[in-house]
Amino acid sequence: MYALFVLVPFLSSFILNLPFRKVNKRLSCGVCAVLFLLQMAVSIIPGLGLDKINPAVLANIFNFDLGVDVLSKVMLFCIGLVALVTLCANSLFLKDSDDKFNFINILLIAVAGMNGIVLAKDIFSLYIFLEITAVASFILIAFNREELGLEGAFKYILLSSIASVLMIAGIALFFLVSASTHFSAIHSALLAQDKSLLINLAMALFLAALFIKAGLMPFHGWVPDAYTAAPAAASVFLAGIITKTAGIYVLIRILVSITGFSLSIKSVLLFIGAFSAIIGALAALTQSDFKRMLSYSSISQMGYIILGVGAGTALGLAGAALHIFNHAVFKSLLFVNSAAVEQALGSRDIHKMGGLGSQMPITSLTSVLGSLSCAGIPPLAGFWSKLIIIIALWSAGYQTYAVIAILGSILTLAYFLCLQRSVFFGKLNAEFKHIKEAGFSLVFPALLLAVIIVGAGIFLPLVLDKFILSFNTVLGG
Amino acid sequence: MFLDLIILILLVLTALWTVMTRSLLRASLGLALASAILTLIMFNMGASLAAVLELSVCAGLIPVLFISVISLTQPLTFKEALEHMHSRMARFWVLPLIVIILGVILVLISVKFKAPLPAAQTPDSARFVLWHLRQFDLLGQIIILFGGVFGVVVLFKERKKSA
Repeated sequence: MYALFVLVPFLSSFILNLPFRKVNKRLSCGVCAVLFLLQMAVSIIPGLGLDKINPAVLANIFNFDLGVDVLSKVMLFCIGLVALVTLCANSLFLKDSDDKFNFINILLIAVAGMNGIVLAKDIFSLYIFLEITAVASFILIAFNREELGLEGAFKYILLSSIASVLMIAGIALFFLVSASTHFSAIHSALLAQDKSLLINLAMALFLAALFIKAGLMPFHGWVPDAYTAAPAAASVFLAGIITKTAGIYVLIRILVSITGFSLSIKSVLLFIGAFSAIIGALAALTQSDFKRMLSYSSISQMGYIILGVGAGTALGLAGAALHIFNHAVFKSLLFVNSAAVEQALGSRDIHKMGGLGSQMPITSLTSVLGSLSCAGIPPLAGFWSKLIIIIALWSAGYQTYAVIAILGSILTLAYFLCLQRSVFFGKLNAEFKHIKEAGFSLVFPALLLAVIIVGAGIFLPLVLDKFILSFNTVLGG
Repeated sequence: MFLDLIILILLVLTALWTVMTRSLLRASLGLALASAILTLIMFNMGASLAAVLELSVCAGLIPVLFISVISLTQPLTFKEALEHMHSRMARFWVLPLIVIILGVILVLISVKFKAPLPAAQTPDSARFVLWHLRQFDLLGQIIILFGGVFGVVVLFKERKKSA
């Protein structure tokens, strides 16, 4: 069953390019929407088949060694959700039917790659699917073939290649000590050879690679350019899920399945997390470009997630996983809002805006909800994940980092208040009087994501206990 | 051991030349040469199948692809090439230094690599490895190829609006 998460998106993309392309073009958007909705449903609704053993027919053909735990389920749901939102944004922004169709194909390949990352139990398989996601990301960033987009894609290719080299060197060293690339085999070998220099070197290479992929400071060089230059729909997808899957998820998976949380690893994670959370937020405060501010905000929130992981406890991991979900939702929402504003005004300079709330009430309302959730204001969803991360840091004995996390939240609130005041509040500029609310394909995903933010904020407390407890099994291997 | 060391030094020198040379054509040839030397190391270590693949794909096919693309581009004039080389030297003069320092560090710490390394498990054949043990990776490779080809078509095909 798990294999279908990779096979279905890939084969869909393949089949869509077979003869009858005209018919396929018309069907592609609907087919993808159904696929992504199915992925979301199957990953969270028990009994829909995700936990069942491979059906015999599939098992006879495909002998894949894949696995799923609560963290993978969170990721699979987020991938489906962000892909669905990207699909909606794509249908408005790309006018040409060929472009729309091509974008959908790349989206399917990226989803297949990310699903492969989430399901892999072998470090080399994980690397291959990371590369699939990276290739799809290059194409998405450069999709419009404009100068800025090509420059952003080139920067991403360069830094991603460095990350790939570091990662493959790390894999080679892990293989050297364990004679296998399976998570459990490497884990056993590492237990037998504790504190080996080779293992530390392998882990250092891997961490550096994943920090680049996650866009954490000081490895963030590609993030603002890539997010800003990419087409609106691609920005939603990149910021919403790609960096989280390729960077943060892989990091958590390597830590819980292979190396475990040593004191030195926790120290590195906490420092990088705190550094990214604070410097990312300070950098966001100084931006005048809507998307660039959101890019730095993403770096800051990635730092938050890493702080949760760095606590090294089940509570910290639960907080990190929850913040991955929340960030996927509110950052996708904010990028959809920025796309709506950019489409209406033809500019992303927030100093030239003002008073748009009266002209674009839905965009304005959903943007306020997304911003407040990102800043961790109760009772919105972002509050719970930030609260859990801060409690996890405090209870693990890292009180200083807990205080830094709170400071990061205050800074987040500060730059989002500046953004809201500059864009949606204040006096309406006379030249924007003709501006109208964005079209249905941007309003619908914005409303959907806003409902998730409010709904998750209200209902999360009811399931938090179960959610946190389930991370004991993740940490147990 | 002495032979290994010479081959390794040759590999590093060729790789450095590949990165620092002023002409794209020479860089492609340098890449082919580096791959060929890497093939020697692989043969020497008993990984003959990997060596054959390295030789045919990395030392053969890929440089041919590069050279065929380079032949479609406009070459630099001698003066431009010289300027380009000078700016490249100014930027990358530190690269050989880094390689030497890293080499010394690796030699020094290699003394401490005393971990009881297990022997590599060599399954029966490459066919068995590919079709039975690494099926998921094989699927991944197919998706990468498909994605890459699709990307080239999407990014380089002339679009209707720009026609």
